[in-house]
Amino acid sequence: MALPLFANNYFLSIATLFLFFAYTGQAWNIMMGFAGQLSLGHALYLGVGAYSAAALYSQYGIGPWAGVWLAIFICIAISAFLGALAFRYGISGVYFTLLTIAFAEFARIGFDHFAWVGGSAGLFLKVAQREQSDLLNLRGPPALYYYTILILTLLAFGFSAWLLRRRPGYYWQAIRENEDAASALGINTFRWKILAVVISAAMTAVAGVFLAFYYNNLFPEQIFNINRSVEIILGPIVGGMGTLFGPIIGAALMTLLTDGATELVAALGWDIPGVKQLIYGLILFAVVVFLPNGIWPAIAGKYKLEP
Amino acid sequence: MLIDFVSLTNVIIAGILTGLVYGLMALGLSVIFGVARVVNFAHGEMMTLAMYASVILFSVFGLNPFVAVLPVAAIFFVLGYGLQRWIVNPFVTRPEHSQFMLLLAIAIILTNAQLMAFGPDARSVRLDSLLESIELGPLLIDRGKLYAGLVALGTAAAVFSFFRLTRTGTAIRACADNWLGAKVVGLNVKQLYAIAFGLGSVCVAVAGCMMILLVDLTPAIGPGYTLLAFVIVIVGGLGSMNGALVGGVLIGLSEALAGLFILPSAKSMFSFALLILVLLLRPRGLLGGQR
Repeated sequence: MALPLFANNYFLSIATLFLFFAYTGQAWNIMMGFAGQLSLGHALYLGVGAYSAAALYSQYGIGPWAGVWLAIFICIAISAFLGALAFRYGISGVYFTLLTIAFAEFARIGFDHFAWVGGSAGLFLKVAQREQSDLLNLRGPPALYYYTILILTLLAFGFSAWLLRRRPGYYWQAIRENEDAASALGINTFRWKILAVVISAAMTAVAGVFLAFYYNNLFPEQIFNINRSVEIILGPIVGGMGTLFGPIIGAALMTLLTDGATELVAALGWDIPGVKQLIYGLILFAVVVFLPNGIWPAIAGKYKLEP
Repeated sequence: MLIDFVSLTNVIIAGILTGLVYGLMALGLSVIFGVARVVNFAHGEMMTLAMYASVILFSVFGLNPFVAVLPVAAIFFVLGYGLQRWIVNPFVTRPEHSQFMLLLAIAIILTNAQLMAFGPDARSVRLDSLLESIELGPLLIDRGKLYAGLVALGTAAAVFSFFRLTRTGTAIRACADNWLGAKVVGLNVKQLYAIAFGLGSVCVAVAGCMMILLVDLTPAIGPGYTLLAFVIVIVGGLGSMNGALVGGVLIGLSEALAGLFILPSAKSMFSFALLILVLLLRPRGLLGGQR
């Protein structure tokens, strides 16, 4: 909480990264962990969210507090469209996942040719004044971004906890476990699945806006890349899908491990491209094979905590 | 836009020939999914591995890819067999997303191991004997594409006949149709699944050896080919072997035409649009049956 008071900028950037993945992981977790709809295309919402707020800011000077609503609005529209199409036509399982990938890839190539926001050459925001905070435009020192994403992460946690203990959470879990049975009990599975997709997308859009103003540059090749989608889902999968603490623990572990790995390979002089992602892959592999439910359920089971 | 008939025909022929290689790659995916119901998310990465193998065999031993394809295919059969037998098999009964994650992890490991081993530089195999095009009246056919397409077609035919004509092939189809029934009549399902995965890998290996003649290879192209293979099998029908070939030709053709009429860099947007359309209108694919 008080980290910026004593930590240097390097640790602050690591903490910001961790919170970013904790936040996006929780957003993804609502859709997959709670409602059982596997999306591998969350980079779509990240990218569209980032681009809509960044374009408003760079083209018209409209700040992120207005831009974030545009981002949320557009992402809700896209995700509702995707969800409605998929669920209306009975697309589920692998087919649904591939549809989410296809939408994200479609957007990636589309934005590559979208000249108004820079196309493949990228979109750049004016670099922030690092000394003073400009809350209105979300420009300022690293601590500003740290607190922003910290607040977002806490809000997402509270929201997830609230959802899980209310009607939506129970309905989603029923759908996740057995959709036919849920439907037979009178749950309108179509509507509830759409709700999960839309909430997840809207939350991810906010993360996209944050990303745009934190890094100040956007490239379709990077932000819509399927690797972004994979990074988003690693935290919850490693930590424990469908749980409240899983995405946060997973994000912390992945951030520490990748950072540790980066330090290690640098110290050993093995600084070749690919090492970091290889370690990612190996961890994912190990978790999927040995801890299919993730880390948090294993810990919670051992100490009889609430999952 | 004025495009004369001859150059249009040339583009169509090139598209179909490339599409046959795509089709063989997708056939591998379709065989694996059709039998073991496992979605091989590491498909493109396996193909780039085969491409690197053929680059090495060419640069170190001077084997051209049409010869190198034999040892590479043999190695890939063993790799695919082992992968299914010892790593993927425990996942056959787990939820879909769990399998997805496992193969995604394997894909990430493969891509980055290749990046570490071979670096990000583009590699290719160019044979002098393939440089001259075949002239057929006014038409020009690229020799590399023609031979690659024919090898792909031949391999696909061999895989088809294996499944139709041999006892093992029939047994594998029985497993695919009814897993429990196959177990009841005493088939070794685990082994048959592994053979199917091995055969799928052979398709990928052959496709990779041919693909190295057509495109420049970097480790980064793997995920793109995984997606392409998915697009093809979904367009053709996931699990349908004919569908994979038809889908491959269709995508090869649409890419070639999109490159000619629209922007070459936007060609895969066209494929994804086709995928979304097929998913919505005919989720089981053009030639896919009802499940």
